[in-house]
Amino acid sequence: MKAAEISNQKSSEATPPGAQDLQDAVIRFAGNSQDGIQTIGGLLARLAGRSAREVMTYMTIPSTISGGPSIFQVHLGSGEVLSPGDEADFLFAFYQHSYDDHIGSLKDGGVCLYDSDHVEPDLSNSRVRFVGVPITTTTIEALGGGAKDRGKNMFVLGLVTAVFCLDREKLAGIIDRQFGRKGEDVVRNAMLAFDAGFAYPIGDTLGELYNLRVGEDSGKERITTDGNTALVYGLLAGGVRYGAGYPITPWSTIMETLRSELPKYGGLFVQAEDELGAVSTALGFAYAGHVAVTGSSGPGISLKMEALGYASMAELPLVVVNVQRGGPSTGLPTSVEQSDLMQAIYGSHGDSPRIVLAPKNVEDCFYIAREACRIAMEFSVPVIILTDQALATRIEAFEEPDVAAMVVDPELDLTPRSEDFRPYPMDRQTRHAPPGTPMKSGKYPVVTGLEHDEWGHPSGNPEQHQKMVAKRREKVKAFGATIPAPNVFGDEEGGDVLLVGWGSTWGPIREATIRGRDAGQSLSCLHIRHLNPLPEALGEIFSKFKHVVVPEMNDAGLYGQGQLATLLRSRYCNPAIASVCKTDGLGFQVREILAGIERLTSAGAE
Amino acid sequence: MSTSAAEPEQLTKKALTADHPTWCPGCGDFAVLASFYKVLEKLQFPHEKICTIAGIGCSSRFPYFVNSHGLHFIHGRALPLASGISLSRPDLNVFAFGGDGDGYSIGGNHLEHTARKNVNLTYVIMDNFVYGLTKKQTSPTSPIGYKSKTDPTGAIDQPINPMRKLVASGATFVARSHATQVKHMMAVMERAILHPGFSVVEILSECVIFYKGAFDGANPRKEGAFDLIEERAWDDTPEDEGRHDVTDLSAALALCEEEWPGRFGVYYQNDRPSKNQLEQKWIDDSRAKVKDASAQDLIAARFAQMK
Repeated sequence: MKAAEISNQKSSEATPPGAQDLQDAVIRFAGNSQDGIQTIGGLLARLAGRSAREVMTYMTIPSTISGGPSIFQVHLGSGEVLSPGDEADFLFAFYQHSYDDHIGSLKDGGVCLYDSDHVEPDLSNSRVRFVGVPITTTTIEALGGGAKDRGKNMFVLGLVTAVFCLDREKLAGIIDRQFGRKGEDVVRNAMLAFDAGFAYPIGDTLGELYNLRVGEDSGKERITTDGNTALVYGLLAGGVRYGAGYPITPWSTIMETLRSELPKYGGLFVQAEDELGAVSTALGFAYAGHVAVTGSSGPGISLKMEALGYASMAELPLVVVNVQRGGPSTGLPTSVEQSDLMQAIYGSHGDSPRIVLAPKNVEDCFYIAREACRIAMEFSVPVIILTDQALATRIEAFEEPDVAAMVVDPELDLTPRSEDFRPYPMDRQTRHAPPGTPMKSGKYPVVTGLEHDEWGHPSGNPEQHQKMVAKRREKVKAFGATIPAPNVFGDEEGGDVLLVGWGSTWGPIREATIRGRDAGQSLSCLHIRHLNPLPEALGEIFSKFKHVVVPEMNDAGLYGQGQLATLLRSRYCNPAIASVCKTDGLGFQVREILAGIERLTSAGAE
Repeated sequence: MSTSAAEPEQLTKKALTADHPTWCPGCGDFAVLASFYKVLEKLQFPHEKICTIAGIGCSSRFPYFVNSHGLHFIHGRALPLASGISLSRPDLNVFAFGGDGDGYSIGGNHLEHTARKNVNLTYVIMDNFVYGLTKKQTSPTSPIGYKSKTDPTGAIDQPINPMRKLVASGATFVARSHATQVKHMMAVMERAILHPGFSVVEILSECVIFYKGAFDGANPRKEGAFDLIEERAWDDTPEDEGRHDVTDLSAALALCEEEWPGRFGVYYQNDRPSKNQLEQKWIDDSRAKVKDASAQDLIAARFAQMK
């Protein structure tokens, strides 16, 4: 929680005199998954999106069906919000276990607001401030004395609205839209609980209220959503009309959304009998001439590997989404990890080159999905998108994409192919001719996973194999030459330390860089969205820094380096490259990155 | 013959012939291929609309030998791949070919589900009771006692009953034929192709190298009995009562339990809607609901809800 440097300029929110200005705040809600605390977070995030505030959320959900302890953390701010926050400024504790497990996550001087019907805090803890509110009984009273305590989440949202002087009218509108479909009764009860929370004299017990500043309004429309949803609309914008999948956490919401959305676009998503069937059906769509998608999480991607190798060999376009979770095996279904990078690049038998991309935040899930579709079709190659569990469920607000410029209407190209058409020409890029295409030569192509000649005939000729391996490799390299050099944030001319990241660690790495630079360190960062092939300019950039530090959420392995660091060291032979690894199933905290830099740079000085 | 551009060329066996098959001389699959050419000659689909798919195995080399759009896929997964083609391209005629290992063993799960979903395509299984391409291992249809390189003292695992598996799977057209009976093969293949939905034909196709004489018992030229299923003609004659009603599931299952070599012809057929039809209905309803909006408008509308 940072105090704002300048006073609030153009908020429509009614701020009582004397409210303390805040630039940002990290609020953690801790309860059980069935309390609907995700709803509080989602509504706050949407409000932030509509108030020119930055927002980033973080949640944990138990992987059991019947629920259990769960948290939802919202980081709201008027400046750049890059991480869900290391520590919370406010903790809303619903139960004793919520209090016990999360009191340690509060910053020194933070506020613990607890349900006095359930929680007995250790008031001798002078590190934080305690504010008790009988959340359960007050909610039950507000809703007319039913036995159930449902609605507590809306009561707490009302409290939050009062504590941070948020725009009640805007929130009421958002609540109305969120619950409107469920019927008037639901909206009425939600609003009763919300208003009871809003009217609760929280200022009397808390002593002060806070004015969470509204950001600079860019004048552009913003949308608020989670990573999996953003990815779906990127796929749709990129021209995906067909796909197939099999349910697995945390990929399922992508396939659920595609299953219900695609028919509106005239397309279709198939729930297959297993992961092998899913990737095969998706390849059938691709062979039929469509931009097709399949996806899964680690265990399912492992199962798809043979067919992915086929896609490389047969040169079929396919977009494959891997929402990474903790591995190996069934691993940690609802935790985050970046341990599938090597699998994405190398995970099939034989030399099977493919393209691997990773989005850096929720907004980027949209753009990278769209880009994956373009690359797959242009280069007739499988493209893997490595997103992760943190991005999948995290909510962010971002500028609405330019729909008119972004949306591609896919066209089936069945124009007759000329006399000299060959399915796998040696002298040019393979362009798949889908069935239904008349062949002027009268010869029809066979798409195949056996090594083949230009016509698709099986060929075990040693020279032929070598040529075809090179053909499949060279087109991926040709794509690599088109990747723009990533920007260095910080000292473009070089300096002491360059942080290099990929995927969802973008935010905490950038925040660590800002914090380090504020403290006078020579610290810069660079983010890689294209992981295979790598952008060409990296080697030269790395050579300008004394240390190239790669924070990754995977294991340092037998040889002491994480997966990206291993690749970069092998590619650039630069001993300055070193890893900061972690495998606790949680996202990077800024302080962990800074501590990692400290450890690596001081070790080097010895 | 006229070469006028306005007149579409007749689809001939010659036009459909591609690479010379790599099968061993005497292999039953040659006759299956020849029958397929002849049926296509009769049905005259536009050449470019024919699509031939297979997995891995001797018989799965089929796509190389048919001059049509084709795809030679990985082991056991021809059906889900063919489903993707069929479901997204109603203009195509989709054929999948394979053997007993590809269909009943490694691809067994896909067979169940493609049948259950009733995806509109035709699947021809050339069953030779042995793994031929890998040179004589026990297959899921090898009978008990069959000596192979993986069962040197004779197979001990109970083989599957292919016809029972197919009828029970929910396939809406199930037939059985024999590679030495070309006319019969052609007749059931044609009916299978014209059936709207998932149609499957099991063909006993001898491997003369690794399981010679396996199907002599059903070959009249080898003193076997090629017994045909007599289908009901619905002609109100007393003898019609005793004939097989192809829509009767219990009767079809009873046929599957007959002793080797059993009977040949159509075991089962029904007109349950295909997945293609059901999905298309959902698509049509969804398009009507959004008033045929463009992708751009649909995405813009969704983004408006996220504001």
